[in-house]
Amino acid sequence: MNYEKLMNGTLADLKPSGIRKFFDIAAEMEDVISLSVGEPDFSTPWHIRQEGIHTLEKGRTWYSPNAGFLALREAISGYVSRHSGVTYDPKSEVLVTVGGSEAIDLCLRALITPGDEVLIPEPAFVCYDPLTRMAGGVPVPLVTKAEDAFRLRADVVAAAITPKTKLLVLPYPNNPTGAIMPREELEALAEVLRGTDIMVLSDEIYGELTYGREHVSFAAIEGMQERTILVSGFSKAFAMTGWRLGYACGPAPMMKMLIKLHQFALMCAPTTAQYAAIEAMNNGDEDVEKMRGEYDMRRRYIVDELNKMGLTCFEPEGAFYVFPSIQSTGMTSEEFCERLLKEKHVAVVPGNAFGDSGEGFIRISYCYSIKHITEAIRRMREFLEENGLCK
Amino acid sequence: MDKLLKLLNDNARLTDAQMAVMLNASEEEIAAAIAKLEKDGIVRGYKPLIDWDKTGEELVTAIIELNIAPSKDEGFDGIAGIIMSFDEVEGLSLMSGGHDLMVTVNGRSFKDVAMFVAKRLSPLPGVLGTATHFVLKKYKERGVLFTDEEKDERGGL
Repeated sequence: MNYEKLMNGTLADLKPSGIRKFFDIAAEMEDVISLSVGEPDFSTPWHIRQEGIHTLEKGRTWYSPNAGFLALREAISGYVSRHSGVTYDPKSEVLVTVGGSEAIDLCLRALITPGDEVLIPEPAFVCYDPLTRMAGGVPVPLVTKAEDAFRLRADVVAAAITPKTKLLVLPYPNNPTGAIMPREELEALAEVLRGTDIMVLSDEIYGELTYGREHVSFAAIEGMQERTILVSGFSKAFAMTGWRLGYACGPAPMMKMLIKLHQFALMCAPTTAQYAAIEAMNNGDEDVEKMRGEYDMRRRYIVDELNKMGLTCFEPEGAFYVFPSIQSTGMTSEEFCERLLKEKHVAVVPGNAFGDSGEGFIRISYCYSIKHITEAIRRMREFLEENGLCK
Repeated sequence: MDKLLKLLNDNARLTDAQMAVMLNASEEEIAAAIAKLEKDGIVRGYKPLIDWDKTGEELVTAIIELNIAPSKDEGFDGIAGIIMSFDEVEGLSLMSGGHDLMVTVNGRSFKDVAMFVAKRLSPLPGVLGTATHFVLKKYKERGVLFTDEEKDERGGL
């Protein structure tokens, strides 16, 4: 069989994720200190795990309704309204998905007709571009810059809009940069979109994790709810990555399409996870608060240390990543990461894994204990000193 | 400053500068806050958590429950004052429940500890009875695991 010929050409042409490569090298090494993962180091809070265990013990192991248990959709609706001030009808405007990533995929596939353009800020998480291509869409990168604190500028969006523009992806708080979009900037963006038919996929999976100021949902900006699909989930804020559970909220006619697609592809999200998630939505605020406090301390520490060693970084106000510039070293991102891994056994992710505009930066995750971070920082400083690159 | 206490409780070896950055305070503020915690008797000391089993040093720890007839004047404080002055005594608490005082004792051998109980604790006036429990294996102390660290199995993006 000639498998290459059999494969879907668009899929075959997709670049594999650049994050993976470094994981694989690191996995081969002894005593690697990694600052590369994109998931919490905390376990799922016990009372949430217990709900899952309890329903397994009771034998509640069947399918749920396609859109998810109504009790969970109600809990999500309540949670979103409590935190973002936006209300969604649990019966027609909320869908429970297999992680936020499924919600993103559904949204892209539901909206894109081949040839449609999708505006995607860059650097950004690795999935938007390939999933857009698979749906037949044309990704249009919108470059964000360190001097703008990696926020998406309204004029950049305005300049990229063409008659073919179908959708704007808005991934804030942002992975990998840690950037957030404050209310004023969202207002400016809304001004550009008003009067157009452009939809917005607002990926707010890190919405709970902002430091110093509250996250503002794009759907909460006046008049924007009707054009926004709000995507979020349980993975990051509630430390539930392995449960694979997320959700999408949006206008009923849109959600009807998403549910149709979801029902054919996945039937429903895992039910054990759904039961646990009800507990998370209703009684998890305190856990999130505690974890956010921990992340914030690590964030302050790591930003300070990086700046002191000459790897300048703007202050990330969200998610759990910092995105320092390594341009002062004269190395490319990949070169820097490869040498740091080989010489000091510290694994970080090269910025260009998140788009060409991430070149010259590295992504550092602070989902690790202070002890672990301190050791990684020590090795990074040594690396710079030994190569004569320290400030 | 309960955030500072929590930080110290997790790792008392962080420098003032490190804690200042983490808590968004100045180094001077941190130093002053710690000095006050010490002066007020809130922070009583700083010690490492040592897994003696790994040092090769012979060390036996026992928890001893004491039943006491409290004295009329001083209640339990009088006898507690005597017991806590012994160097072998690592910890001493007044307990609710089936016994009155709980004593943690370190010694070089089982016999060493047993003799301490027989010769020093039991004869004290007011001691009605003792029960000695030897620690066989420590799994966790003050929130820190004494078992080998679990491997980080995370692989997410």
